Amino acid sequence: MSREHILHKVRTALGRTAGPPANDVPPVRLRISEMDSDTRTASLLRRVEALAGKTRRAATPEDARAYVSSILDGKSAVASNAPFLRLCGIPDLPGVQSGFTAAPELRTLCATADVGITSADYALADTGTLVLLSSPQEARMISLLPPVHIALVPQERILTGLDELLTILPDPAAQSSSMVLITGPSRTADIEQILVRGVHGPGEIHVVVVG
Amino acid sequence: MAMADVLERIGYQVDFPEDQTCCGQPAFNTGYRQEARQVARHFLKVFRDSEYVVVPSGSCTSMIVHHFHELFHKEPDMRAAVDALTPRVWEFSQFLLEAAKVDDVGARLEDVVTYHDSCHALREFGIKDGPRRLLSHVRGLELREMDTAEECCGFGGTFSVKFPGISGGMARTKIDSIVRTGARIVVSLDSSCLMQLQGALSRADLPVRTMHLAEVLASR
Amino acid sequence: MSAAFDQKIRNTLADANLQLAVYTATGRLIDHRKHAVQDSVLPDYQELRTQANALKKHTIENLDFYLERFEAAVAAHGGKVIYCEDGTEVADFVLSLAKEHQAELIVKSKSMTTEEIDLNERLEHHNLESVETDLGEYILQLAHQRPYHIVAPALHMTRYEVGDIFTRQLGIANETAPEKQALIARGVLRQKFLQADIGISGANFLVADSGAVVLVENEGNARLTTSAPKIHIAVAGIEKLIPRAQDLGVFLKLLGRSATGQALTVYTSFLSGPRRSGEIDGPEEFYVVLLDNGRTKLLGDREKRQSLYCIRCGACLNHCPVYRKIGGHSFPWVYSGPIGAIITPQFLGMAHEPALPFASSLCGACLEVCPVKIDIPKVLLELRADVKKAEAREGRGRLERLAFKMWAWVMCHPRIYEMAGMMAGGVAPSENGRWLRRVPALFNLPPVSAWLSQRDLPPAPPRSFREMWRKR
Repeated sequence: MSREHILHKVRTALGRTAGPPANDVPPVRLRISEMDSDTRTASLLRRVEALAGKTRRAATPEDARAYVSSILDGKSAVASNAPFLRLCGIPDLPGVQSGFTAAPELRTLCATADVGITSADYALADTGTLVLLSSPQEARMISLLPPVHIALVPQERILTGLDELLTILPDPAAQSSSMVLITGPSRTADIEQILVRGVHGPGEIHVVVVG
Repeated sequence: MAMADVLERIGYQVDFPEDQTCCGQPAFNTGYRQEARQVARHFLKVFRDSEYVVVPSGSCTSMIVHHFHELFHKEPDMRAAVDALTPRVWEFSQFLLEAAKVDDVGARLEDVVTYHDSCHALREFGIKDGPRRLLSHVRGLELREMDTAEECCGFGGTFSVKFPGISGGMARTKIDSIVRTGARIVVSLDSSCLMQLQGALSRADLPVRTMHLAEVLASR
Repeated sequence: MSAAFDQKIRNTLADANLQLAVYTATGRLIDHRKHAVQDSVLPDYQELRTQANALKKHTIENLDFYLERFEAAVAAHGGKVIYCEDGTEVADFVLSLAKEHQAELIVKSKSMTTEEIDLNERLEHHNLESVETDLGEYILQLAHQRPYHIVAPALHMTRYEVGDIFTRQLGIANETAPEKQALIARGVLRQKFLQADIGISGANFLVADSGAVVLVENEGNARLTTSAPKIHIAVAGIEKLIPRAQDLGVFLKLLGRSATGQALTVYTSFLSGPRRSGEIDGPEEFYVVLLDNGRTKLLGDREKRQSLYCIRCGACLNHCPVYRKIGGHSFPWVYSGPIGAIITPQFLGMAHEPALPFASSLCGACLEVCPVKIDIPKVLLELRADVKKAEAREGRGRLERLAFKMWAWVMCHPRIYEMAGMMAGGVAPSENGRWLRRVPALFNLPPVSAWLSQRDLPPAPPRSFREMWRKR
């Protein structure tokens, strides 16, 4: 079969026999910079804004709710089932639908909703990145189909950067079939290098840091 | 000759072994390793006993210092000869700054120049600030940087005649950039670059001339 | 060189608009990268490159181990690895899966590997609609063209050309504003994402310990391609493996910055298998197709196997003065620029375009910016030597070989060398130092004529160096 044949070709080309590597793998290189919590938050928000994302520092869950409400302003939204969103009172906002566990139903809703609201598992301060792992609480489509994405991030979930993320999560596959790092609104510059947002993911994102 | 003048001026005794011809790079770069080896062998014989070999070219220095070793991968004796010689082989500007530890050779040239970073010197030896430092001590000289200083001039040995259209296009991009600086002289430390650039400047009937770094430093 | 190569080069050099487009676009990417890797922003840049090179070297040299490790990890998360020798096997696999599921529509995200094997053409032959969803690739698919650049596929196109393509292929009124064109594509493709039965992606990295596929993008089309349809197939060359998820700390810091100057692209997806139980959405079936297509051949060459370290950032293309003049379509294969120049002869054989390794001035800008430190100039030199050895064996290129043999002989005989110099001086004397625009017909042969087609020749100096030295 192709499998055996290809592996055989690989071994022959390398002069190897099946088994462990002939030499040690270079050690992992992860460097976590020192950053206190306020600096992290400030850095995260600054970076998101530099990418044309919008941000809000909400001292309390109520603040967060008020901000989201102001963004929604009568539009239709779908929210994930994340407990943190419930804590912030998001599912109760007018126009927000949530509690979906069936993919086809959720997808139809996401395809027509104006706004998708999710929490975030982590955020990365040095790049302005949201980290979302797919789970029974967080579906993939909510941060992907609607043209606007609002993410509520608990302040203590802000990490310094990718290195810290990979240190606390050395194998994302153990948690979820999908981990996505979101850094700014969707964009393309494929036509004459002219920047266009919102093709195909959300063209507008809001990062709300809570706490 | 300018290089010899400068070296003597700073106190070195300069010898020109008349048997020298070439480092073999043209053959090596075109894929003729056997022929390159022959010429390299001759080179090693000629310079075997030299205390320092100072080379007015980044590409030749690179050939000797980086490629001779692999050319003789089947001949341990020749490899030993290569390894014995290469620490004594220097590109001219590096020799001045790092071996002679001199950055002012008492030169004077009242003119506006721009500097072209020859590829081998820049990328294989990290020669970038050195020549500029040397030029900064030339009395009366004004150095203006072109925006494409680090881009290849397009010579590339036989590339220049195998792909003349591309080579010529690359030269024209450089000379457009040179003209934008308003400089009247282009300086570089590799004669092949200078030949390529001067050839293009001349074809375009531009009044800019080329000078080797050594010629600038030899000026009084 | 082949007539085709020569013609393509000439055409591109003669097209002033195209020259400007390519030079400007690559110039922008050069600037973006420069800002992203400068000392004040990424002080570890050189150290990261060294580490990336070491990781790739280790992985490639132990590739079978990491392939099996990856395979087991994918299976542990409910996915399946399929090994394919070539494009035919990949197409057969996709077709049989499509048949099994009665699939009709496929959406694709950007993958040079699938371009390499002409996957879309193969599938279309069997009446499967396979739609490219990356904006640039979508436009090219409508125009029936190949990508112009590894990262920016439609680099060469103007908005007017895009407008014409859309009008012709989509039957809509002519639209030339890029923002509106992008929205038109968004509308069309949104429907395709939601209706597609299968999503095919490439993979930027395959993570051995996690059994994961890593995809980087800015649009979101790869996320949609891999999350909306019920089936996800990732097609990747066997060389895409890296040992551990934690190694992404090195590679992700280099890829975006080298390609477009972004610290991270908008979306980085880490996908390991079909949806887990409890997860709400995501594919129900997950396949990773591992493609050989000649990679095992490259593996066998100790000096040249570093060509497989490539993470497809495109930096070498952007910085190559030759690419910036002749553009992506002058190259004979889907991979262009310096990386294309070294892998094309190794994959397709030297005879495919023997002149290709010579289409370089060996300036080294590519090596300087390669995030995984592939010594492209060195590999080019090896390939040149291979070409000349093959010519000697096959009795071709005799004239050039003879010329170099004579040249070497002269270079080993200093007295003859000196005489030759004096003779040349006699032939091309200077008139008041002016450089020569033409030479007597007898001497106007290649290479002299080739030189003169672009530049003037230096005149012979009045006295040779040796004469001056002796008089000193």
